[in-house]
Amino acid sequence: MATRELAANAIDPESSTPPTEVHPEAPAVRFEHVTIGFDEKPVLENISFEVKRGETRILLGPAGVGKSVMLKLANGLLKPDSGRVFVFGYEVSAMREEDLFRLRESIGTVFQEGALFDSLTVRDNVGFRLTEEHVPDEEIDRRVSEALRFVELEHTMTKFPSELSGGMRRRVAIARAIVTRPALLLYDSPTGGLDPITSTTIIELVIKQRDVSLASSLLVTHRLQDAFMLATHRFNKETNQMESLPARQTDPSTSFLILHQGGLVFDGSTHDLVHSDDPFIKGYIS
Amino acid sequence: MALTTLDAAAKRGVTAVQEYSLLSARALANLFRRPFYGADIITQADMIGVGSLPIVVLTGFFTGGVLALQSASTLAQFGAAAVTGQLVSLSMIKELGPVLTSLMVSGRNASGMASELGSMMVTEQIDAMRALGTDPLKKLVMPRIVATVIMMFFLTIVSDAVGILGGAACAVFLLGQDSSQYFHTTYQSLHYADIMQGLVKPIFFGFIIATIGCYYGMNTRGGTQGVGRSTTQAVVVSSVLIIATDFVISRFMIGLFGR
Repeated sequence: MATRELAANAIDPESSTPPTEVHPEAPAVRFEHVTIGFDEKPVLENISFEVKRGETRILLGPAGVGKSVMLKLANGLLKPDSGRVFVFGYEVSAMREEDLFRLRESIGTVFQEGALFDSLTVRDNVGFRLTEEHVPDEEIDRRVSEALRFVELEHTMTKFPSELSGGMRRRVAIARAIVTRPALLLYDSPTGGLDPITSTTIIELVIKQRDVSLASSLLVTHRLQDAFMLATHRFNKETNQMESLPARQTDPSTSFLILHQGGLVFDGSTHDLVHSDDPFIKGYIS
Repeated sequence: MALTTLDAAAKRGVTAVQEYSLLSARALANLFRRPFYGADIITQADMIGVGSLPIVVLTGFFTGGVLALQSASTLAQFGAAAVTGQLVSLSMIKELGPVLTSLMVSGRNASGMASELGSMMVTEQIDAMRALGTDPLKKLVMPRIVATVIMMFFLTIVSDAVGILGGAACAVFLLGQDSSQYFHTTYQSLHYADIMQGLVKPIFFGFIIATIGCYYGMNTRGGTQGVGRSTTQAVVVSSVLIIATDFVISRFMIGLFGR
């Protein structure tokens, strides 16, 4: 790799400017002609899209189509076979691992099954990043409480993940992702395998996070009801509750991507999605 | 067809060696990079070192005892029963202490590391750690390597000492030998080269145990079955490598010191 490219992607640990503000004009996420395969089988082919700052993009598609792979490419956990992936202007597909760790401090990720550290308490899970940054204990307690209050699980501080239900574990995972107030959130099927009531609670939290923090996010799901709830609801800060947008209105900062057979078959707004003439999309959303 | 299979197997083998070397090198390089996980090293040293103490003491004691028991009758045929202590001490310090301690620690800890890290891999906890901006090689692998190398050194010393005591107990109480003669021949026969050989080996063996355990753990695929497979492979490969490395080090040290 060219030394110049490495230098452009390097993050100065001593700099007071957060990595997200070094290239303020750059979108939160940009995929350029990304292709990746496993065991010589192509999974994603020539994928290009953008997540603008403050925007929420919902990535839909059948199970096993490569949605989670796209999230792992976005935070540099996987490298593409070809093409380039940019996050806040940094090319994560060409970054040194050390710089990636610094950039990831500005990215919150919610994994499919939560991926909580099972030998740590909820407090230590949520405060993991802060502990790594050597934040004083009192400050960690305060910020962990705040994050847990956001997901309404403040009483679980001393519990271990195995003592929580599936829905509670996802909520703790959300608290862990937002505790450092990241500028980008990546949600990997946050409602997968949950009952409808718990799923609604999780989506409400995602909407709350979107409308309160105004962070950019990329959310993977195969549940259409979750996707449309995100597009048609907002969070009312005064009543502290989620509410429907007026009829025929959708959230302008929320848009859709649909993945099918390794390619991106849709990239557009909620309106474009429901009025699409594409037979696959029509069949998928019906 | 057979050639293709051979070709694929060779590629897999070379890739595995490359990945193992990279993991070991990166983990060691992390020793000199910040943040330094001192507390994790101490926690691991407690789990690996103090936790392995009972099995190491028991193994050492009975190995020393059986060595005295078996060798005394053979030595008696040549009228050399008096050098039982010498045989026990040299065997324990140069070979059996380091090798048996390593095999016991490998059975207990290489498997533990492979299963712990393997479970974290299959439940995406390692990915979560990376996504949270923490290098798992720095946080999980480096402390295990450092702790195992340090604790193997001390566990081997304990095993050697307890083995010589076990041999003494057997020689004195079962075979009726004189205790001062036993300890005198034990002490007199030992040279600097023997001690060096016995103390260099556990450093290499500790490194093998930790790196192999972590390598198989960090490369676990395929759910709980994969964790089981990694655990087994970690113990088998580290045990074989310990014995093979023991031969190489012994040959080198004999060449260097002449005994």
